[in-house]
Amino acid sequence: MIETIVDITNLTFLTIAALAIARLRNLFAVVMLFSVFSLISAGLFVVMDAADVAFTEAAVGAGISTVLMLATLALTYSHKDKKDEHRSGHKPWLPLVVVFITGVMLIYGTSDIPGFGDPDAPAQMHVAPYYLEKSLSETGVPNVVTAVLASYRSFDTLGEVTVIFTAAIAVLLLIGGRRSSTTKNSDGA
Amino acid sequence: MKHNLILRVVSKFLIPLIFLFALYVQFHGDFGPGGGFQAGVIFSAGLILYALVFGVETAKKIIPPFVLRLLASLGVLIYAGTGIAGLILGGKYLEFGVLASTRVAGQHLGIVVVELGVGMTVMSVMLLIYFAFAERGRPQ
Repeated sequence: MIETIVDITNLTFLTIAALAIARLRNLFAVVMLFSVFSLISAGLFVVMDAADVAFTEAAVGAGISTVLMLATLALTYSHKDKKDEHRSGHKPWLPLVVVFITGVMLIYGTSDIPGFGDPDAPAQMHVAPYYLEKSLSETGVPNVVTAVLASYRSFDTLGEVTVIFTAAIAVLLLIGGRRSSTTKNSDGA
Repeated sequence: MKHNLILRVVSKFLIPLIFLFALYVQFHGDFGPGGGFQAGVIFSAGLILYALVFGVETAKKIIPPFVLRLLASLGVLIYAGTGIAGLILGGKYLEFGVLASTRVAGQHLGIVVVELGVGMTVMSVMLLIYFAFAERGRPQ
């Protein structure tokens, strides 16, 4: 009962935040609302017992990505510009129709999705029972999520770490390092 | 933001708690929710808060970018190296069971070490990206 109330409240706030993001033209406010959106999503994940995902969403979605987007805004604004994005001239009818049809199709698609926590869902039938039964005795780690991520699916996690590392290298190559116009010729080896 | 008294006081109080929580998520990740990725992100969020309030240059004195680059690479190396250690000890790549005397102890050890590598890489990468953005905005 209380979960339903929390769900409905959070989803209402999510909708309000999403509508406000779509309507607002002030980019700073939009970035802050993205952060709020992530925080509410994190709350929803906690209600769904996915604490690991909630941690990630709260820290990355609400925290670090907001800081990075604010940094990008600070880089791309010049003080002469207005802080509001210009309202585009075209009529929104075509995008509205596309979004409406996509939304109807998505809602229609959810009718085939098994219910939340359904033990007969295909995702629960494959390897999940094995992990739930054996992970504690095989790895000695009570947290099944950690056992699956670090041990059973270790190659995937190694790949993810490599992706994060590659992202850092790419960002550093693109915008890292000091720009110096005076020593450009002598430095550019 | 150097003159904002409330922000300075509150963040001085909050940052140690954030670090403590990150360490808890890192080293308690095999019992409670969380793990290396979450811990790394939370730790870097604490340092980013410090950099936002006290300035990027001050934060760079605490943890210079070359240390971060070392840590980011070291994390990946620890992860991949744990796999190699499994190979050397007669198992398959990333097989943790052979790392200790019993299979369960080996699995546990492998998971803790690997999560540590993940945490180090994620923490340093997030900070490196933030520093790159913050550095860019400074007039030369």
